[in-house]
Amino acid sequence: MNFQLTKEQEFVRKMVREFAVNEVEPIAADIDKEHRFPVETVEKMAKYGLLGVPFPTEVGGTGGDHISYAITVEELSRVCASTGVICSAHTSLCSWPIFKYGTPEQKAKYLPDLNSGKKLGAFGLTEPGAGTDAAMQQTKAEDCGDYWLLNGSKVFITNGGYADVFCIMAMTDKSKGTKGISSFIVEKGDEGFSIGKTEDKMGICASSTTELIFQNCKIPKDRLLGKIGEGFKVAMSTLDGGRIGIASQALGIAQGALDVTVEYMQARKQFGKKLSQMQALQFEVANMATQIEAARLLVYKAADMKDKGLPYGKNAAMAKLFAAETAMYVTTKAVQLHGGYGFTKDYPVERMMRDAKITEIYEGTSEVQKMVISAAVFAK
Amino acid sequence: MAFKILVCAKQVPDTNVIKINPVTGTLIRDGVPSILNPDDANALEEALKLKDKYDDVTVTVVTMGPPQADQMIFECIAMGADEGIILSDRAVGGSDTQATANALTAAIKKIGDFDMIFAGRQAIDGDTAQVGPQIAEKLGLPQVTYVEEFDINEDRTEVTVKRQLEDGYELIKVKTPCMLTCIKELNQPRYMHVAGIFAPNKDIKIWSAADVEVDLETVGLKASPTNVYKSFTPRPKGKGVMLTGETEKDLAADLIARFKAKHII
Amino acid sequence: MAVNLADYKNIWVYAEQRGGKLQNVALELIGEGRRLSREINAEVWAVLIGNGIDDLATECFEYGADKVLLIQDEKLAKYTTDGYTKALCDAINEYKPEIVMYGATHIGRDLAPRCAARCNTGLTADCTHLDIDMDGYIAFTSENTTLDVSTVDKNDTKALGLKMTRPAFGGNLMATIIIPNHRPQMSTVRPGVMSKREREVGATGEIVKFNPVITDADIRVQVLEVVKSAKELVSLTDADIICSGGRGVGGPEGFQIIKDFAAKVGGVVGSSRACVDAGWIDHAHQVGQTGTTVKPKIYFACGISGAIQHLAGMQNSDIIVAINKDPDAPIFEVADYGIVGDLFKVIPEIMAAWDK
Repeated sequence: MNFQLTKEQEFVRKMVREFAVNEVEPIAADIDKEHRFPVETVEKMAKYGLLGVPFPTEVGGTGGDHISYAITVEELSRVCASTGVICSAHTSLCSWPIFKYGTPEQKAKYLPDLNSGKKLGAFGLTEPGAGTDAAMQQTKAEDCGDYWLLNGSKVFITNGGYADVFCIMAMTDKSKGTKGISSFIVEKGDEGFSIGKTEDKMGICASSTTELIFQNCKIPKDRLLGKIGEGFKVAMSTLDGGRIGIASQALGIAQGALDVTVEYMQARKQFGKKLSQMQALQFEVANMATQIEAARLLVYKAADMKDKGLPYGKNAAMAKLFAAETAMYVTTKAVQLHGGYGFTKDYPVERMMRDAKITEIYEGTSEVQKMVISAAVFAK
Repeated sequence: MAFKILVCAKQVPDTNVIKINPVTGTLIRDGVPSILNPDDANALEEALKLKDKYDDVTVTVVTMGPPQADQMIFECIAMGADEGIILSDRAVGGSDTQATANALTAAIKKIGDFDMIFAGRQAIDGDTAQVGPQIAEKLGLPQVTYVEEFDINEDRTEVTVKRQLEDGYELIKVKTPCMLTCIKELNQPRYMHVAGIFAPNKDIKIWSAADVEVDLETVGLKASPTNVYKSFTPRPKGKGVMLTGETEKDLAADLIARFKAKHII
Repeated sequence: MAVNLADYKNIWVYAEQRGGKLQNVALELIGEGRRLSREINAEVWAVLIGNGIDDLATECFEYGADKVLLIQDEKLAKYTTDGYTKALCDAINEYKPEIVMYGATHIGRDLAPRCAARCNTGLTADCTHLDIDMDGYIAFTSENTTLDVSTVDKNDTKALGLKMTRPAFGGNLMATIIIPNHRPQMSTVRPGVMSKREREVGATGEIVKFNPVITDADIRVQVLEVVKSAKELVSLTDADIICSGGRGVGGPEGFQIIKDFAAKVGGVVGSSRACVDAGWIDHAHQVGQTGTTVKPKIYFACGISGAIQHLAGMQNSDIIVAINKDPDAPIFEVADYGIVGDLFKVIPEIMAAWDK
């Protein structure tokens, strides 16, 4: 057992911390307020390898690992959760399934551009009638000999409005249930593919969350990702990894909220004393810090297991469940400790609290995580 | 035709987070991060910009310090430098700027041929701005300090730089090889690249005084013309008067009355 | 390689001129050099380097120089590191001064280290206080610093020369530097720190002319042009009143009230580092460790919290007035007059009361 980060991982934290503080934090409040997707930040992340952290150099990645990837999303989310999820959805939900299930040709075609950030990725599973019950896919893919014909729609797609490459789940044989789902690569500009409405959200307002519409969308035969009927497996394994990303996002939000709260408590005086000198409030901070550290250990452990090739689905679910609840708990406390100021947009904690909520919902609600965890527990 | 750039850099404590022990009046160094000196980051960035532009440019970072300076060299390489050299030896410990320049000059001579040296104007721990010019003198190179803009001609034999003055600038032309000391106005240093962080087999060399064949009579505490005689902390000035008044107008009137009473205005 | 210390005598001030105009710091150093020279029964020489600058000698005498060393050559018309280093070092070898002081300007800090290396001697950068006399040093340190003066040995032969005190580690620490075995003892001194003497009109002295041999090959840089920047002129070091804005002004537009204030009281606009880093105002306005050190008669710190880096650059002002919303801001620790309040409300009232 070794709880020390490697030298490289420490440097990734230093680098992303500096990047986030200089490039991301200064605009975080503005892009939240304007609901503006930070195209310029995506370009900068691309320039420094932040959109290809856990992939080998052979496919244009940085040669890094999943702990470094978790640190990347954590540090970005510490100052801006929207920026964190842009990186997470791109890396975990688009690049990873292509890396894992793609043919050599697909990998060569897509991964260098995705890892270098030349192209941005997204993932489409959720539908209006298929949320937690993902097996209820209505989007259909029909084998038309020379091409696949897709019809249907997806909702709540992160990066939807700005992505170039999409991993899309669709029914190829409804009679086979989940075994009838297949996975496809769709590109922006494909005939019959369009972006529908953009969601107006409570939090992560600077991320793009859209509908995807497939209306007689024709894609070449070589866009099938994995085997026919393997789509549900592709989706579920992708979400296992995605949960490490979202857990890291939640962890970062919590850490960011704690950091600004500590700073505030050392400056703010009431009753002639700094808040940081009041024991009742010190104890709140002790609880927050302890929960965050526990969440961090769960997140890094899941990432480490993934790096080591061990089964990590249960651990990723635990990490996401706990980190998301930690984010919600810590940000709520952070607002409370800021008092009235915390409720205003002059301080970042109100944004953090709004951003934290989604981490309990997307890429599997907390309830889904409990299903995954309990299933693993009772399987013994 | 290769073009070899040397960058002189120093690992320094981040003086922005340094605290003083109020009892002993000494620096609290625990928990103070060591960083790449800010002006040196500008020096490195300018070298890396040339490396971006020309395929045959190599960038070598040279420093003097403890072996732990490999952290800083690691960072420089992750930013894009090709290699780093740390001159690390007890014999050079306690050197002042003159002795440091002697040691680094020996290291640079050991490296051999080069086409250009970039250094930071000054390091934030000492703020002397002396080592760069002193190396230039010892190597017999022309120098330009306070470089805020840089341009190089096509065949890279001549550079044109803006040298910052307090009230303007000088436009200066100088042939390579030369020593340029850089300030923050020159550029915006890049971050490390994640791929650079993970690149294996970083070329970090640690050289001893013997490796660079430096005359031991010219380095270290004993060879330093300057000695620290005493060190201490400034005494905070006594607390002044907090003005009181119901309104801003009262406060302002009180201030002006006090100024007049003391013939300040 | 120790030199015979007794061979070196007198205090030299590099009397920096730009475009035929003496820099203020040169006059300050002549004043300081004069003060120090009287402690060791020596002369203070002003060293003028340039071309066609004969008339500057009078000014040096009137501000206290005993002698002027005049070095003129057409190759020295503009400042170059190479030309001025050769001129000064050749003169040092010829006349052997005990001390050489330079202003810590962008030129002084270019020239001094190069000369120190060539003369194989020590140089202390950015000094804020100088002493030779031990009693004076003890008095200065006991009054202004935390130094335990009982540790100062008045008979320490190593420390009989110039004691050069300077800030280090971003102003968190101060050190006194000595140069026991090398000559001349060199230092650069921050502009604005030393006091110039009352001008004594009609004072004269001996002009010593020195003609070094400077060839074209000596000067390896070509100064294409010297440009005065189009930036609005800020001479923080010369200002009697400085109105400085900090983070509390809120943004670039917040500096308008500071500018109005400065215009009203006949002052110059200063700034904390935070505002410069944020791009609210040009670096030329920055006061502090990495900006300009100032010593005005009145320093108004408006919305400046008082980070130690800022204090390092302004705490020697005669009178400091701090205006800040936060009663716990560290700036109040150094302020002579503190006003807790909103600068946007307080400043207009001070402006209104100013003329009354």
